[in-house]
Amino acid sequence: MEHVDRIIEAIRTKTRTIPQFFEYDDAPLNEMEWLRYACVPIRDQQVVKEDPKFTASMARALAFAREECNFRLGFLAAPISWGKDGFPILPFEQKSEKLKSNLEGCSAVVLFAATVGSGMDRMIRRFEKSDPQMGLLLQGLGAERVESLCDLFNAEVDAAAQSLGYMTRRRYSPGYGDLPIEVQKDFLPLLDAERRLGIILSDSYLMAPSKSVTAIIGIG
Amino acid sequence: MNILDYMKDHFLFLDGGMGTLLQEAGLQPGELPERWNVSHPEEIIRIQKSYYDAGSNVVLSNTFGANGLKFDDEELEQLVTAAVKNAREAAARSTGTQEKFVALDIGPLGKLLKPYGDYEFEDAVAMYSKTVRYGVAAGVDLVFIETMNDSYDTKAALLAVKENTDLPVFVSNAYGSDGKLMTGASPAAMVAMLEGMHADAIGANCSLGPDQLIGVVEEYLEYASVPVLLKPNAGLPRAENGKTVYDVFPPEFAESVGKLLEKGVRIAGGCCGTTPDYIRAVVEKSKSITPVPVTEKNRSLVSSYTQVVEFGKSPILIGERINPTGKKRFQQALRENDIDYILGEALKQQDAGVQLLDVNVGLPEIDEPAFLLRAVKELQAVTDLPLQLDTTDPVAMEAGLRAYNGKAMVNSVNGKEEVMSEIFPLVAKYGGFVVALTLDEGGIPDTAEERVAIAEKIIRRAADYGIDKKDLIFDPLAMTISADTTAALATMQAVHSIRHDLKVNTSLGISNVSFGLPSRNIITSTFFALCLQDGLSAAIMNPYSQEMMNVYHAFRALHNMDENCMYYITYAQNLPAPAAAPAAGAASSAEASSPSESSGEGPSSELQKAIVRGLKEKTGTLTKAMLAEKKPLEIIQSEVIPALNIVGADFEKKKVYLPQLLMAAEAAKSAFEEVKVAMAASDDGNGGSSRCPFVIATVHGDIHDIGKNIVKLILENYGFAVSDLGKDVPEQTVVDEVIRLHAPIVGLSALMTTTVPAMEETIKLLREQAPWAKVCVGGAVLTQEYADAIGADKYCRDAMETVRYAEEIDEALKNS
Repeated sequence: MEHVDRIIEAIRTKTRTIPQFFEYDDAPLNEMEWLRYACVPIRDQQVVKEDPKFTASMARALAFAREECNFRLGFLAAPISWGKDGFPILPFEQKSEKLKSNLEGCSAVVLFAATVGSGMDRMIRRFEKSDPQMGLLLQGLGAERVESLCDLFNAEVDAAAQSLGYMTRRRYSPGYGDLPIEVQKDFLPLLDAERRLGIILSDSYLMAPSKSVTAIIGIG
Repeated sequence: MNILDYMKDHFLFLDGGMGTLLQEAGLQPGELPERWNVSHPEEIIRIQKSYYDAGSNVVLSNTFGANGLKFDDEELEQLVTAAVKNAREAAARSTGTQEKFVALDIGPLGKLLKPYGDYEFEDAVAMYSKTVRYGVAAGVDLVFIETMNDSYDTKAALLAVKENTDLPVFVSNAYGSDGKLMTGASPAAMVAMLEGMHADAIGANCSLGPDQLIGVVEEYLEYASVPVLLKPNAGLPRAENGKTVYDVFPPEFAESVGKLLEKGVRIAGGCCGTTPDYIRAVVEKSKSITPVPVTEKNRSLVSSYTQVVEFGKSPILIGERINPTGKKRFQQALRENDIDYILGEALKQQDAGVQLLDVNVGLPEIDEPAFLLRAVKELQAVTDLPLQLDTTDPVAMEAGLRAYNGKAMVNSVNGKEEVMSEIFPLVAKYGGFVVALTLDEGGIPDTAEERVAIAEKIIRRAADYGIDKKDLIFDPLAMTISADTTAALATMQAVHSIRHDLKVNTSLGISNVSFGLPSRNIITSTFFALCLQDGLSAAIMNPYSQEMMNVYHAFRALHNMDENCMYYITYAQNLPAPAAAPAAGAASSAEASSPSESSGEGPSSELQKAIVRGLKEKTGTLTKAMLAEKKPLEIIQSEVIPALNIVGADFEKKKVYLPQLLMAAEAAKSAFEEVKVAMAASDDGNGGSSRCPFVIATVHGDIHDIGKNIVKLILENYGFAVSDLGKDVPEQTVVDEVIRLHAPIVGLSALMTTTVPAMEETIKLLREQAPWAKVCVGGAVLTQEYADAIGADKYCRDAMETVRYAEEIDEALKNS
């Protein structure tokens, strides 16, 4: 079954679904975002790219990313009910004003965790001491890669919602605004993320591999 | 009957999934299944009995998540004991007539170990040990480690088993669809490590269905000399009407597993989504299949945490540069605890094309066990090349082997009884591929025959410890021909007969052969070629020697080890141009001009220009030349610092960006390296630091260190003696280091709001115990307001602002 169909079915289930897992061969590259994550502001990117040494490093970083990135993602759909205090009741506990207003009018949510795997972390570690510029380019590229993966999935959720006559909200992640990063502790097990995606949470709520993202997409 | 005896002639059948069946029995989401051992023993016994009834020989105790992180000791002991009792009861009640065994099930702790995560390897060993001890006391037949998705975590669990019981142990890993563990290990790498540590059966479970695991299983069967196990999922799960369904049903499951039994798998069961029906179908299917005998594969392997290197096929190059012998600069790095220098040597050798790194950090005045342990941990964080641990100190050897993530090469034993009795037990416990020197109490024999005789003695002694000759590699010792012109002949003969008569691998430290002769490279590289022709499997060598690399690549091409000569061609195309035609002008046209050169206060010398442009090699060469005329510190003061100031100022004016600042810093670093070499040679001074100590750390709980590393690099360039404590640094460790160095300034970094309290706590402790120190803070979440609120002296936006602040403090100190 195609991704979009599986998402449609999950939303239509009207109960919290089990986690399901998608893999992607690649995600489109957004070079501007990449360099922005690598601390080169957009207005200055043209200048930097005039340096052939720099563009050679970019090509090398990209070759590493092709080799090392594994685009994987787990998601579930769940209906939203609303508590007496006006907060949405989600599969994990939270009392976030900002998430509440983000989810206003929604009847369901999609929760997901995405990762490009630990290969990028290995490459970053290898280069950040021997060649810090390459380390920085890889850091930026890893961030861009996982965001691009989220965008791919987000577009599929948009399409699924649309065919059911719904709209999606802007995706919202633990750690944004007043949604505390600590909810990761409840969020990741819902998606069996450790076993299925290899995402492990540290005591200070950081994910490893570091190029991983969790988020909530409201549907209504 | 002992399970290992039973397995010799039979397939062994495991159980299937537990989770789904428990949920059907009423286990609620979020409820810990292990508690059911005590609260619902009848349900557990019923499910486990249904597996024995279906034909399972082995049922795993319901202890997948039973560990000291989830339960206190008292409850853990109670749950594990009850779980084993339940499985025994299920076996007793079952009507099945097959042999029945109970395994203690051990799943991952759910912690990622350092360096990628925040959990200590030794803490993991201790945590697994608790569960093992309770399970063994309750009376199991074997231990089953499963669903491990990281090689280091797997090693911790297996070590915990080995240190607490002699029971058989099976180890099963969870592979992704790319055929690797989540942290990158290939099946062959796991085989090398787990067989080295004497696991009794190994294989794969969970994550995928049987058909998707074919590649993984075939790799196990190719390399493993112990029985291979398979416990796959019932395909992939998906939601249907709110229920989990798997897409492979018992008949096709049995069909797929049956094919792998025909290929050589000896132990089979099911994981997520499988039920007794799946096991029954597999048992039925197996009746028409004859078990394939488990044979010795004779593969000589070492491994890192991702990959294997195999000996006995293409020759293996082992980089010799991580060794202080005769290298003043390296000795200085060891004394100064300068691990970055060692990491740099490792990565340079990797780029030069070696497949393994020899690691020798022995100097009389340093604590070798502690330093080797640190070097192993740091090296395996930056390189995926396997390591050869090179020490004569058994305590250091054990420290290194224990912490090593994979199967290391051990350098070395020899024919002396005392040495073998110290080193072989370590290899038997931790695994290893052992270099054995053909010398003994009587010294180094002159003839090849006598050296071969010592080799035979070593093979016999190794076998006493359960170490097969495939895990030995003999070094028949190269001696200089300048003292005895028959020396090389004896060595080559010994190489030939050890390889062809004893059928064991050989290795040599090649360069000794030419000691005392002029133009040593000619003799050394020719000797290398001759030894390769006689069957040499590996050489410990200098990968920066072009002559040696020439021989290596040519030999591979000539011996049909290099398809279409592709490696040779690539190598040859990248060779430097002949020295006769220096390409002086050619390079400069390609160098982009930097914004600062048009800024009016541009660089005033060639060296400064090279730094500003970030030309690493050129900076090094120019500095070296300049050292002939100027004093080392003068070069720093009058050339390097001004150049950095130009780039730094441009950075502050946003004329250059962080990537360019880093390139300039790297170039400056190569100038510092030359200066350090010069100063080490003249035994003069402090390694180039001309400014006050600066302690830097990412605070406790935070593992983001890229920003911190950048600040460190730039500070070092400005001459500060930076002590980098790394990331996730406990509060008191920072304070202790500040006191030790009486450092006037401390830099703390935090990226996460959740770790700012740790930063505040560190500052508080500093104020109490090291009130003289100024504290500057930085990191993504910090702002001026935040910095003020937690009592920092200064908020630094970026690396340059930190440098300016540190300069201020340093100036004030000098003037006071």
